[in-house]
Amino acid sequence: MLKFILRRTLLMIPQIILVSILVFMLAKAMPGDALTGAFQGNPDANPEQIEKIREKMGLNDPWYQQYGRWLGNAVQGDFGQSYVHKQPVTHLLAGKIENTLLLSFFTLIITYLIAIPLGIIAGRWTDTWADKIIVTYTYFAFATPIFVFALLMMFFFSFILDWLPYSGSVDIKIETGTWDYFVSRARHLALPVLSGALISTVTTIQYLRNDMIDQKLKDFVKTARAKGVPERKVYTRHILRNSLLPIAAFLGYEITGLIGGSVFIETIYSYPGLGYLFIQSIQTRDFTVVTSLVLISATATIVGTMLSDIILSIVDPRIRIE
Amino acid sequence: MKNPVLEINDLRTSFNIKGNYYAAVDGVSLTVHENEVVAVVGESGCGKSALANSIMGLHNLKNTKLEGQINFGNQNLLELSLAKLNKIRGKDIAMIFQDPMTALNPLATIGRQIEEPMDYHLKLSATEKKNRTLELLRRVGIKNEQRVYDQYPHELSGGMRQRVVIAVALSCDPVLLLADEPTTALDVTIQAQIMDLMKELQNQMKTGIILITHDLGVVAEMADRVVVMYAGEVVEIADVKDLFENPLHPYTRSLLNSIPSNLEAKEKLHVIDGIVPSLQNLDRTGCRFAPRIAWIPEEDHEERPEMHEAEPNHFVRCSCYKTFYFPEDRVGEIDYVTTKN
Ligand SMILES: Nc1ncnc2c1ncn2[C@@H]1O[C@H](COP(=O)(O)OP(=O)(O)O)[C@@H](O)[C@H]1O
Ligand code: SF4
Ligand SMILES: [Mg+2]
Repeated sequence: MLKFILRRTLLMIPQIILVSILVFMLAKAMPGDALTGAFQGNPDANPEQIEKIREKMGLNDPWYQQYGRWLGNAVQGDFGQSYVHKQPVTHLLAGKIENTLLLSFFTLIITYLIAIPLGIIAGRWTDTWADKIIVTYTYFAFATPIFVFALLMMFFFSFILDWLPYSGSVDIKIETGTWDYFVSRARHLALPVLSGALISTVTTIQYLRNDMIDQKLKDFVKTARAKGVPERKVYTRHILRNSLLPIAAFLGYEITGLIGGSVFIETIYSYPGLGYLFIQSIQTRDFTVVTSLVLISATATIVGTMLSDIILSIVDPRIRIE
Repeated sequence: MKNPVLEINDLRTSFNIKGNYYAAVDGVSLTVHENEVVAVVGESGCGKSALANSIMGLHNLKNTKLEGQINFGNQNLLELSLAKLNKIRGKDIAMIFQDPMTALNPLATIGRQIEEPMDYHLKLSATEKKNRTLELLRRVGIKNEQRVYDQYPHELSGGMRQRVVIAVALSCDPVLLLADEPTTALDVTIQAQIMDLMKELQNQMKTGIILITHDLGVVAEMADRVVVMYAGEVVEIADVKDLFENPLHPYTRSLLNSIPSNLEAKEKLHVIDGIVPSLQNLDRTGCRFAPRIAWIPEEDHEERPEMHEAEPNHFVRCSCYKTFYFPEDRVGEIDYVTTKN
């Protein structure tokens, strides 16, 4: 098992390198370069001067040399300078990574807390009124774009009811680490988390419901009934166990999806996380930041896939590990 | 005569198909005695599985209607609550399923799956359960039982899995065992091994067995009595020897004549025309088999064939079997006549 995990982890390295090359090429292919942003709108900029700086910074070197330098720095945690914010990208990312992770984590928890019970109810009592309500909910959640829903939630809970804040991650004047700080953070997280979770439950609910309907018809369920296993245990021990397995395995992918999905939520709630930063940076053509963020999310995808593989190998005895 | 363990009276199992109920088991009565092997034969689609599932209470009651009586001990299984039925199935009545590739839970170890019925029916400690399970595994012919105990179904071959399925069924010493085509899904060589195992176990046990099969060779070897089913009805019941020596019903005779090993002097295999009609397309007036022996003139058929005892302990539906013949036999006669001329 340990060997499998190790091997699977090592396998990530070439994947990440490949992705990083791709990201680098994309960044190069974008109009302008590091200096374009720095001197944008500056009437004093002297083209000859710029060309000199460009030469000095190595921007005229062949791509692989530039890539090597870039990767070397990135590995050491140096993602270069943001030319809009005039500070290292690393500084810019500092608190934002934490904010996004927090948002994703709670969204994921709430998603599962809602989706798993609802999926089980719908899958077990198919065609009852409870099932019909749940299915209707999933249709709505599926059809509603996340930004529309987030705006509706904001409108209702912040503007009409005035219960929860609609932007930021914490009230400004509160001292870090106090109870009030904690409460303020939770209140700021509430709407983004709920908005994201209520929409992202769809896949899990529908998957679980359909899979349970499939599993119910399996022969081994008949075997269980023929053994005299009480109906409740037929579900918990046989049907659910088989239906929850893929859900556990999807966990890795879900994490990645949430980091990507937080772009809309963070932007709408002006939540200072990676997603919000991403949109801002694209708008201001802050390419170093954009490239770093793409690299981070691509790495997260690769790590998520690996996590899924590892989880699956743990929970499913049919996956052979040598 | 031995004590009956199961008495089925006029059982009718109907499925809801697009709003109407159609009987797949249509007025079946039969008795299984202690230590008796009753074979149920018939082409596929005749209602054999529907019958077994009715006894086990495995039908989905949302779209299945069950009428009649299935008396086990002094209870009618059809009237029991699910909780009461669960006290019986897995313990007193157990079932061996057709396809060992799907009959076991892929996520549970073999040991757990055999122990599961014991959880509900026997008061045993964990070690007792394990010992009993290892013993069962040995009894069904698995030699490395310690290892198999901790294995998962996908690690075993089809034949091994079927042995496990049998061990599951035997785990609480049932008095009645239903085996629904226990070898059909297996390779031919493995089939023989599993049948040998069943025979061996049958000799050791007092269990009554309902053996559903379409392998007449197996019937000849194992069964005490044979029930021939056609289109949801029993058409003939007889002791195995009587049935093979003196088959009466045209359907039974057609079945026997379509098996190479049962051809005595005859050279030609009989092929039964057509197929078993689906539930909706089945004409339920008159004899259900008539359309498949079209060469028999209409007036030869009985209008409402009923089961009756044609010979002692030999029951058959309809009496017009007396004039029944196979066209290939007549062809021979006609040939003979022509040559003589
Ligand atoms: N759940 C069901 N719903 C509708 N029709 C069914 C169902 N189960 C079986 N049948 C039909 O009942 C008939 C008997 O089926 P079955 O008992 O499986 O036959 P056998 O086991 O003898 O091959 C077939 O025509 C089959 O299509
Ligand atoms: S009624 Fe006709 S079809 Fe039925 S058994 Fe008699 S002869 Fe055969
Ligand atoms: Mg069948």
